Amino acid sequence: MMGYIWAGLMIIGIMTALFSGELEALNTAFFQSCEDAVFFTIGLAGIMALWSGIMNIAKGAGMIRAFSKAARPILRYIFPEEKNEDTLSLIIMNMVMNMFGAGNSATVFGIKAMKALDRSNHHRKTASNTMCMFLVINMSSVQLIPLMIMKIRSDAGSLNSVDILIPTIIATSVSTLTGIIICKFFERRT
Amino acid sequence: MDILKLISYSIIPVILTVILAYGLIKNVDLYGLFAEGAKDGIHTAVGIMPYMIAIFVAIAFFTASGALGMLEHLFSPICKILGFPSELLSLLFIKPVSGSGGLAVVKTILEQYGADSYIGRAASVMMGSAETIFYTIAIYFGVTSVKKSRYVMISGLAAYFAGVAASVIICKYI
Repeated sequence: MMGYIWAGLMIIGIMTALFSGELEALNTAFFQSCEDAVFFTIGLAGIMALWSGIMNIAKGAGMIRAFSKAARPILRYIFPEEKNEDTLSLIIMNMVMNMFGAGNSATVFGIKAMKALDRSNHHRKTASNTMCMFLVINMSSVQLIPLMIMKIRSDAGSLNSVDILIPTIIATSVSTLTGIIICKFFERRT
Repeated sequence: MDILKLISYSIIPVILTVILAYGLIKNVDLYGLFAEGAKDGIHTAVGIMPYMIAIFVAIAFFTASGALGMLEHLFSPICKILGFPSELLSLLFIKPVSGSGGLAVVKTILEQYGADSYIGRAASVMMGSAETIFYTIAIYFGVTSVKKSRYVMISGLAAYFAGVAASVIICKYI
Protein backbone atom coordinates (compact mmCIF):
# COMPACT_ATOMS: atom_id res chain seq x y z
CA MET A 1 0.00 0.00 0.00
CA MET A 2 2.75 2.40 0.98
CA GLY A 3 4.44 1.55 -2.30
CA TYR A 4 1.52 2.88 -4.33
CA ILE A 5 1.28 6.03 -2.26
CA TRP A 6 4.99 6.67 -2.48
CA ALA A 7 5.23 6.15 -6.24
CA GLY A 8 1.99 8.10 -6.67
CA LEU A 9 3.34 11.12 -4.82
CA MET A 10 6.51 11.11 -6.93
CA ILE A 11 4.79 10.64 -10.29
CA ILE A 12 2.06 13.17 -9.59
CA GLY A 13 4.75 15.57 -8.44
CA ILE A 14 6.78 15.09 -11.60
CA MET A 15 3.73 15.41 -13.87
CA THR A 16 2.54 18.54 -12.11
CA ALA A 17 6.01 20.05 -12.38
CA LEU A 18 6.04 19.30 -16.12
CA PHE A 19 2.76 21.09 -16.70
CA SER A 20 3.31 24.00 -14.38
CA GLY A 21 6.90 24.60 -15.49
CA GLU A 22 8.35 23.97 -12.04
CA LEU A 23 10.99 21.54 -13.29
CA GLU A 24 13.82 23.61 -11.88
CA ALA A 25 12.24 23.57 -8.43
CA LEU A 26 11.80 19.83 -8.79
CA ASN A 27 15.50 19.32 -9.45
CA THR A 28 16.47 21.46 -6.49
CA ALA A 29 14.04 19.53 -4.34
CA PHE A 30 15.52 16.25 -5.50
CA PHE A 31 19.02 16.98 -4.20
CA GLN A 32 18.00 19.02 -1.21
CA SER A 33 15.50 16.51 0.18
CA CYS A 34 17.96 13.60 0.25
CA GLU A 35 20.37 15.67 2.26
CA ASP A 36 17.58 16.89 4.54
CA ALA A 37 16.44 13.34 5.22
CA VAL A 38 19.91 12.26 6.32
CA PHE A 39 20.50 15.26 8.58
CA PHE A 40 17.03 14.91 10.00
CA THR A 41 17.43 11.24 10.91
CA ILE A 42 20.90 11.74 12.38
CA GLY A 43 19.46 14.58 14.45
CA LEU A 44 16.79 12.24 15.78
CA ALA A 45 19.34 9.55 16.62
CA GLY A 46 20.54 11.43 19.69
CA ILE A 47 17.17 11.80 21.31
CA MET A 48 16.14 8.27 20.41
CA ALA A 49 19.33 6.88 21.91
CA LEU A 50 18.94 8.89 25.10
CA TRP A 51 15.36 7.85 25.64
CA SER A 52 15.89 4.20 24.76
CA GLY A 53 18.77 4.17 27.24
CA ILE A 54 16.65 5.63 30.01
CA MET A 55 13.80 3.23 29.26
CA ASN A 56 16.22 0.33 29.40
CA ILE A 57 17.17 1.40 32.93
CA ALA A 58 13.49 1.48 33.87
CA LYS A 59 13.05 -1.97 32.40
CA GLY A 60 16.18 -3.40 34.02
CA ALA A 61 15.28 -2.00 37.43
CA GLY A 62 11.87 -3.68 37.26
CA MET A 63 9.94 -0.43 37.11
CA ILE A 64 7.91 -1.36 34.07
CA ARG A 65 6.93 -4.62 35.71
CA ALA A 66 5.69 -2.67 38.73
CA PHE A 67 3.67 -0.43 36.43
CA SER A 68 2.11 -3.43 34.76
CA LYS A 69 0.92 -4.80 38.07
CA ALA A 70 -0.73 -1.51 38.94
CA ALA A 71 -2.58 -1.47 35.62
CA ARG A 72 -4.08 -4.96 36.02
CA PRO A 73 -7.56 -3.99 37.30
CA ILE A 74 -8.21 -1.63 34.38
CA LEU A 75 -7.11 -4.31 31.97
CA ARG A 76 -9.63 -6.76 33.39
CA TYR A 77 -12.38 -4.39 32.39
CA ILE A 78 -11.08 -3.65 28.92
CA PHE A 79 -10.31 -7.27 28.07
CA PRO A 80 -12.94 -9.29 29.95
CA GLU A 81 -12.53 -12.34 27.70
CA GLU A 82 -8.82 -12.81 28.24
CA LYS A 83 -8.15 -14.99 31.27
CA ASN A 84 -4.53 -15.91 30.68
CA GLU A 85 -2.32 -13.89 33.04
CA ASP A 86 0.79 -14.16 30.89
CA THR A 87 -1.00 -12.80 27.84
CA LEU A 88 -2.41 -9.94 29.88
CA SER A 89 1.02 -9.01 31.15
CA LEU A 90 2.38 -9.02 27.59
CA ILE A 91 -0.43 -6.66 26.62
CA ILE A 92 0.33 -4.39 29.56
CA MET A 93 4.04 -4.35 28.83
CA ASN A 94 3.26 -3.34 25.25
CA MET A 95 1.04 -0.49 26.40
CA VAL A 96 3.46 0.80 29.00
CA MET A 97 6.33 0.71 26.53
CA ASN A 98 4.19 2.59 24.02
CA MET A 99 3.25 5.14 26.64
CA PHE A 100 6.87 5.91 27.35
CA GLY A 101 7.80 6.04 23.71
CA ALA A 102 9.91 2.89 23.60
CA GLY A 103 8.40 1.85 20.29
CA ASN A 104 10.79 -0.99 19.53
CA SER A 105 10.32 -2.84 22.79
CA ALA A 106 6.60 -2.16 22.51
CA THR A 107 6.47 -3.90 19.14
CA VAL A 108 8.32 -6.93 20.51
CA PHE A 109 5.81 -7.35 23.36
CA GLY A 110 2.90 -6.57 21.05
CA ILE A 111 3.86 -9.30 18.62
CA LYS A 112 4.28 -11.82 21.44
CA ALA A 113 0.87 -10.80 22.77
CA MET A 114 -0.76 -11.23 19.34
CA LYS A 115 0.75 -14.71 19.00
CA ALA A 116 -0.61 -15.67 22.41
CA LEU A 117 -4.04 -14.26 21.50
CA ASP A 118 -3.94 -16.22 18.27
CA ARG A 119 -3.44 -19.41 20.30
CA SER A 120 -6.33 -18.65 22.64
CA ASN A 121 -8.40 -17.87 19.51
CA HIS A 122 -7.51 -21.40 18.28
CA HIS A 123 -5.87 -19.94 15.17
CA ARG A 124 -9.23 -19.01 13.70
CA LYS A 125 -9.37 -16.83 10.61
CA THR A 126 -11.58 -14.29 12.36
CA ALA A 127 -10.11 -11.91 14.90
CA SER A 128 -11.23 -12.26 18.53
CA ASN A 129 -12.69 -9.36 20.48
CA THR A 130 -9.53 -9.14 22.56
CA MET A 131 -7.39 -8.86 19.44
CA CYS A 132 -9.54 -6.08 18.04
CA MET A 133 -9.52 -4.12 21.25
CA PHE A 134 -5.79 -4.58 21.72
CA LEU A 135 -5.02 -3.35 18.21
CA VAL A 136 -7.35 -0.38 18.38
CA ILE A 137 -5.78 0.75 21.65
CA ASN A 138 -2.40 0.24 20.09
CA MET A 139 -3.28 2.35 17.07
CA SER A 140 -4.59 5.22 19.12
CA SER A 141 -1.75 4.72 21.56
CA VAL A 142 -1.14 7.24 24.27
CA GLN A 143 2.42 8.43 24.16
CA LEU A 144 3.05 10.56 27.20
CA ILE A 145 6.05 12.41 25.86
CA PRO A 146 6.26 12.92 22.10
CA LEU A 147 10.01 13.52 22.21
CA MET A 148 10.63 13.34 18.48
CA ILE A 149 8.00 15.94 17.77
CA MET A 150 9.43 18.20 20.44
CA LYS A 151 12.84 17.84 18.86
CA ILE A 152 11.49 18.73 15.41
CA ARG A 153 9.75 21.72 16.93
CA SER A 154 12.85 23.09 18.58
CA ASP A 155 14.79 22.50 15.34
CA ALA A 156 12.18 24.57 13.53
CA GLY A 157 12.85 27.44 15.91
CA SER A 158 10.05 26.95 18.41
CA LEU A 159 10.46 29.05 21.53
CA ASN A 160 8.12 26.71 23.26
CA SER A 161 8.66 23.21 21.97
CA VAL A 162 7.26 21.56 25.10
CA ASP A 163 4.08 23.59 24.96
CA ILE A 164 2.26 20.90 22.95
CA LEU A 165 2.65 18.27 25.65
CA ILE A 166 -0.64 18.72 27.44
CA PRO A 167 -2.71 19.22 24.28
CA THR A 168 -1.13 16.03 22.92
CA ILE A 169 -2.00 14.05 26.02
CA ILE A 170 -5.60 15.29 25.83
CA ALA A 171 -5.93 14.60 22.11
CA THR A 172 -4.44 11.15 22.39
CA SER A 173 -6.76 10.32 25.30
CA VAL A 174 -9.76 11.43 23.23
CA SER A 175 -8.59 9.20 20.42
CA THR A 176 -7.96 6.16 22.65
CA LEU A 177 -11.26 6.56 24.48
CA THR A 178 -13.15 6.84 21.21
CA GLY A 179 -11.43 3.67 20.03
CA ILE A 180 -12.35 1.77 23.18
CA ILE A 181 -15.98 2.91 23.12
CA ILE A 182 -16.45 2.01 19.48
CA CYS A 183 -14.84 -1.39 20.01
CA LYS A 184 -17.09 -2.10 22.99
CA PHE A 185 -20.05 -1.09 20.83
CA PHE A 186 -19.14 -3.57 18.10
CA GLU A 187 -18.35 -6.24 20.69
CA ARG A 188 -21.86 -6.07 22.08
CA ARG A 189 -23.49 -6.02 18.66
CA THR A 190 -21.84 -9.22 17.49
CA MET B 1 4.94 30.99 34.08
CA ASP B 2 1.45 29.59 33.98
CA ILE B 3 0.60 26.27 35.53
CA LEU B 4 0.13 24.29 32.32
CA LYS B 5 3.53 25.33 31.11
CA LEU B 6 5.05 24.44 34.47
CA ILE B 7 3.55 20.96 34.33
CA SER B 8 4.69 20.50 30.74
CA TYR B 9 8.24 21.48 31.55
CA SER B 10 8.34 19.29 34.65
CA ILE B 11 7.26 16.02 33.08
CA ILE B 12 10.57 15.08 31.47
CA PRO B 13 12.81 16.01 34.46
CA VAL B 14 10.45 14.24 36.85
CA ILE B 15 10.39 11.04 34.81
CA LEU B 16 14.18 11.13 34.47
CA THR B 17 14.64 11.61 38.22
CA VAL B 18 12.19 8.87 39.13
CA ILE B 19 13.76 6.35 36.77
CA LEU B 20 17.33 7.13 37.83
CA ALA B 21 16.42 7.09 41.52
CA TYR B 22 14.56 3.80 41.10
CA GLY B 23 17.59 2.33 39.38
CA LEU B 24 19.89 3.58 42.17
CA ILE B 25 17.68 2.06 44.86
CA LYS B 26 17.49 -1.26 43.03
CA ASN B 27 21.25 -1.04 42.61
CA VAL B 28 21.30 -1.98 38.91
CA ASP B 29 24.13 -1.25 36.47
CA LEU B 30 22.78 2.15 35.41
CA TYR B 31 25.50 3.02 32.97
CA GLY B 32 25.57 -0.38 31.32
CA LEU B 33 21.79 -0.52 30.96
CA PHE B 34 21.74 2.98 29.53
CA ALA B 35 24.40 2.21 26.94
CA GLU B 36 22.66 -1.00 25.94
CA GLY B 37 19.35 0.77 25.41
CA ALA B 38 20.94 3.75 23.68
CA LYS B 39 22.61 1.43 21.20
CA ASP B 40 19.19 0.07 20.36
CA GLY B 41 17.91 3.62 19.86
CA ILE B 42 20.69 4.43 17.42
CA HIS B 43 19.98 1.25 15.50
CA THR B 44 16.36 2.34 15.22
CA ALA B 45 17.35 5.75 13.93
CA VAL B 46 19.70 4.31 11.33
CA GLY B 47 17.07 1.71 10.48
CA ILE B 48 14.45 4.29 9.58
CA MET B 49 16.83 6.32 7.42
CA PRO B 50 16.04 4.56 4.12
CA TYR B 51 12.32 5.16 4.67
CA MET B 52 13.02 8.75 5.61
CA ILE B 53 14.94 9.38 2.41
CA ALA B 54 12.20 7.79 0.32
CA ILE B 55 9.48 9.84 1.98
CA PHE B 56 11.41 13.10 2.03
CA VAL B 57 12.04 12.95 -1.71
CA ALA B 58 8.41 12.07 -2.48
CA ILE B 59 7.09 14.85 -0.31
CA ALA B 60 9.59 17.35 -1.69
CA PHE B 61 8.44 16.46 -5.23
CA PHE B 62 4.82 16.74 -4.28
CA THR B 63 5.33 20.11 -2.58
CA ALA B 64 7.81 21.75 -4.93
CA SER B 65 5.81 20.90 -8.04
CA GLY B 66 2.75 22.68 -6.68
CA ALA B 67 0.71 19.47 -6.55
CA LEU B 68 0.17 19.85 -2.82
CA GLY B 69 -1.12 23.38 -3.31
CA MET B 70 -3.60 22.09 -5.88
CA LEU B 71 -4.75 19.33 -3.54
CA GLU B 72 -5.28 21.79 -0.71
CA HIS B 73 -7.18 24.04 -3.09
CA LEU B 74 -9.34 21.13 -4.21
CA PHE B 75 -10.27 20.10 -0.69
CA SER B 76 -10.49 23.54 0.85
CA PRO B 77 -14.29 23.90 0.43
CA ILE B 78 -14.87 20.68 2.41
CA CYS B 79 -12.29 21.75 4.97
CA LYS B 80 -14.01 25.09 5.36
CA ILE B 81 -17.34 23.41 6.08
CA LEU B 82 -15.75 21.11 8.66
CA GLY B 83 -13.61 23.88 10.14
CA PHE B 84 -10.45 21.92 9.41
CA PRO B 85 -7.33 23.90 8.37
CA SER B 86 -6.50 22.86 4.79
CA GLU B 87 -2.78 23.33 5.55
CA LEU B 88 -2.98 20.12 7.56
CA LEU B 89 -4.50 18.02 4.76
CA SER B 90 -1.23 16.40 3.71
CA LEU B 91 -0.61 15.28 7.29
CA LEU B 92 -4.18 14.01 7.61
CA PHE B 93 -3.67 11.76 4.60
CA ILE B 94 -0.18 10.46 5.26
CA LYS B 95 -0.30 9.84 9.03
CA PRO B 96 -2.47 6.68 9.02
CA VAL B 97 -0.22 5.15 6.39
CA SER B 98 3.31 6.02 7.40
CA GLY B 99 4.83 7.21 10.65
CA SER B 100 8.06 8.45 9.13
CA GLY B 101 6.04 10.10 6.37
CA GLY B 102 4.00 11.91 8.99
CA LEU B 103 7.15 13.09 10.71
CA ALA B 104 8.52 14.43 7.43
CA VAL B 105 5.27 16.26 6.70
CA VAL B 106 5.21 17.81 10.17
CA LYS B 107 8.75 19.06 9.62
CA THR B 108 7.71 20.69 6.33
CA ILE B 109 4.65 22.27 7.93
CA LEU B 110 6.64 23.64 10.87
CA GLU B 111 9.19 25.19 8.55
CA GLN B 112 6.52 26.73 6.35
CA TYR B 113 4.09 28.07 8.93
CA GLY B 114 6.30 28.36 12.03
CA ALA B 115 6.47 25.92 14.92
CA ASP B 116 4.59 28.18 17.33
CA SER B 117 1.80 29.16 14.95
CA TYR B 118 -1.63 27.60 15.29
CA ILE B 119 -1.04 25.41 12.24
CA GLY B 120 2.36 24.32 13.54
CA ARG B 121 1.04 23.44 16.97
CA ALA B 122 -2.01 21.63 15.64
CA ALA B 123 0.24 19.61 13.31
CA SER B 124 2.50 18.66 16.23
CA VAL B 125 -0.42 17.57 18.39
CA MET B 126 -2.01 15.65 15.51
CA MET B 127 1.23 13.81 14.94
CA GLY B 128 1.47 12.85 18.60
CA SER B 129 -2.13 11.81 19.03
CA ALA B 130 -2.35 8.64 16.97
CA GLU B 131 -0.39 5.77 15.51
CA THR B 132 0.05 4.55 11.98
CA ILE B 133 -3.19 2.59 11.58
CA PHE B 134 -2.51 0.52 8.48
CA TYR B 135 1.03 -0.29 9.48
CA THR B 136 -0.07 -1.52 12.91
CA ILE B 137 -2.78 -3.73 11.41
CA ALA B 138 -0.38 -5.22 8.88
CA ILE B 139 2.35 -5.96 11.41
CA TYR B 140 0.25 -7.33 14.24
CA PHE B 141 -2.19 -9.43 12.23
CA GLY B 142 0.74 -10.58 10.13
CA VAL B 143 1.95 -12.85 12.94
CA THR B 144 -1.45 -14.50 13.44
CA SER B 145 -3.67 -16.69 11.28
CA VAL B 146 -6.36 -14.00 11.21
CA LYS B 147 -7.72 -13.09 7.79
CA LYS B 148 -10.84 -11.22 8.86
CA SER B 149 -10.00 -8.24 11.01
CA ARG B 150 -13.67 -7.39 11.59
CA TYR B 151 -14.18 -3.89 13.00
CA VAL B 152 -10.53 -3.04 13.67
CA MET B 153 -10.07 -0.75 10.69
CA ILE B 154 -13.26 1.24 11.23
CA SER B 155 -12.63 1.62 14.97
CA GLY B 156 -9.03 2.64 14.33
CA LEU B 157 -10.08 5.25 11.79
CA ALA B 158 -12.77 6.58 14.12
CA ALA B 159 -10.21 6.90 16.91
CA TYR B 160 -7.86 8.62 14.48
CA PHE B 161 -10.42 11.17 13.35
CA ALA B 162 -11.47 11.82 16.93
CA GLY B 163 -7.83 12.51 17.77
CA VAL B 164 -7.48 14.82 14.78
CA ALA B 165 -10.62 16.74 15.70
CA ALA B 166 -9.44 17.03 19.29
CA SER B 167 -6.01 18.32 18.14
CA VAL B 168 -7.47 20.98 15.91
CA ILE B 169 -9.91 22.16 18.58
CA ILE B 170 -7.64 21.99 21.63
CA CYS B 171 -4.86 23.99 19.98
CA LYS B 172 -7.28 26.87 19.55
CA TYR B 173 -7.76 27.13 23.31
CA ILE B 174 -4.59 25.89 24.99
